[in-house]
Amino acid sequence: MTEQPTPLLSVEAVSKSYGAQIGCKDVSFDLYPGEVMGIVGESGSGKSTLLNCLAGHLPPDTGRVMFDTRTDGPCDTLAMSEPERRMLSRTDWAFVHQNARDGLRMGVSAGGNVGERLMAVGARHYRGIREQAVDWLGRVEIDAHRIDDRPRTFSGGMQQRLQIARNLVTGPRLVFMDEPTGGLDVSVQARLLDLLRGLVRDLGLSAIIVTHDLAVVRLLADRLMVMKSGHVVEEGLTDQVLDDPQHAYTQLLVSSVLQV
Amino acid sequence: MIRNTPIRSCLSALSCKFEERRMITLENVSKTFTLHNQGGAVIEAIADVSLSVTPGECVALTGASGAGKSTLMRLIYGNYLAKTGTIHVGDLEIKRAKPHDIIALRRDTLGYVSQFLRVVPRVPTLDVVAEPLRAIGRPADNAKDRAADLLTRLNIPQTLWSLSPTTFSGGEQQRVNIARGFAHPYPALLLDEPTASLDGSNREVVLDLIQEAKRRGAAIIGIFHDEIARAQICDREIDVSSFTVGKAA
Repeated sequence: MTEQPTPLLSVEAVSKSYGAQIGCKDVSFDLYPGEVMGIVGESGSGKSTLLNCLAGHLPPDTGRVMFDTRTDGPCDTLAMSEPERRMLSRTDWAFVHQNARDGLRMGVSAGGNVGERLMAVGARHYRGIREQAVDWLGRVEIDAHRIDDRPRTFSGGMQQRLQIARNLVTGPRLVFMDEPTGGLDVSVQARLLDLLRGLVRDLGLSAIIVTHDLAVVRLLADRLMVMKSGHVVEEGLTDQVLDDPQHAYTQLLVSSVLQV
Repeated sequence: MIRNTPIRSCLSALSCKFEERRMITLENVSKTFTLHNQGGAVIEAIADVSLSVTPGECVALTGASGAGKSTLMRLIYGNYLAKTGTIHVGDLEIKRAKPHDIIALRRDTLGYVSQFLRVVPRVPTLDVVAEPLRAIGRPADNAKDRAADLLTRLNIPQTLWSLSPTTFSGGEQQRVNIARGFAHPYPALLLDEPTASLDGSNREVVLDLIQEAKRRGAAIIGIFHDEIARAQICDREIDVSSFTVGKAA
């Protein structure tokens, strides 16, 4: 119906084993600009292994991960040199960790955490950096007067929002998220989800979200991939997979959710 | 670098409306549910459905509760996966379509007013209603003006617009849902009991909205338990029970 755009990320037969143990096996998919994909599955299903392979944190055993770069078009990120990949992860990619402490520098002020990312891509003007930090703290609903406080004085929800600001300030095109709402209160979760949805829509971001929370993917993800024991057992439109699951495991997953 | 082309797909949906006279077409569609965790029980929901709806036409699905009316709508919306047959909305075949094609179809061409409102917590009512217009790239002011018009017509007091509809009464939620469903002039619409749980005056407003959609050429499939409403706005009735096979366990 629409003209086929170039996928932003094209994953071809990615596999990763830990010895005899399968991490993820033969995963392929295309992610288009502006699309949000959810990956669900129980603990140990390989979803975090896959995310780390895609984000360049973990080298897969086989497969290709093609990213549509701004300058050279689709490039295999696994074949890139380390400095090239590091530059990509500062400019075009962002990674939101489940534990905000893994994504923040706890000894540096909130403003410093946001500003550091800007400096890493070449910003040198103090006032400009500070203004952008204030702007981003506002967007993630952190009071500007907390800019000089260290993140260890922040609540869990605030730390997570700060991590998101730090990640998005450089205008990435692809965001990897590992259980972004894990370990947060339900009310804090709702606020974070609302925030993420707005940012994804307004900035036209593509995202891959790993979670075990089906309510999170229903709200955020256009598409869903269900993993079990390292394999993708089902994928499709999020509401179709959740409302009309085809695979036995997905049916079990959906029917196990407590109704409130 | 224009990669997403919502305007273009909107245009193609409009032009196909005039080229071929069918907007929604189902051919030999059947749907079964296999319950793998309950001994592999197979429930046959509907079998061998063929129907088509042309622009400007409103077709009512009838049949007893459980006959498969909502199932049929969900199949057309791409929410359920058909077992056999083909479903076309405009020129897109739903069963083979990729997720991003279905998302584009739902954004530009095919609207669905379900029986229940499902929203993100904390989002104000005005934004909930304006969202379909924001999704096709309308400026915020313009989208909110249209949302305000619809909420006014549907008698939602302005004092509620800045609140999330999650705390509203059933009837209010239903009206917010309808306002949202009619914000963008979709060329095709699915309506699941749009007048249920509404009082007389609000029911009239909804029937007017449906008439207006028909006049601008929308192809509509609806479920109406309200017989008078059905007689007033529907051009044809299709009894879904005739497609239902005896339910096997």
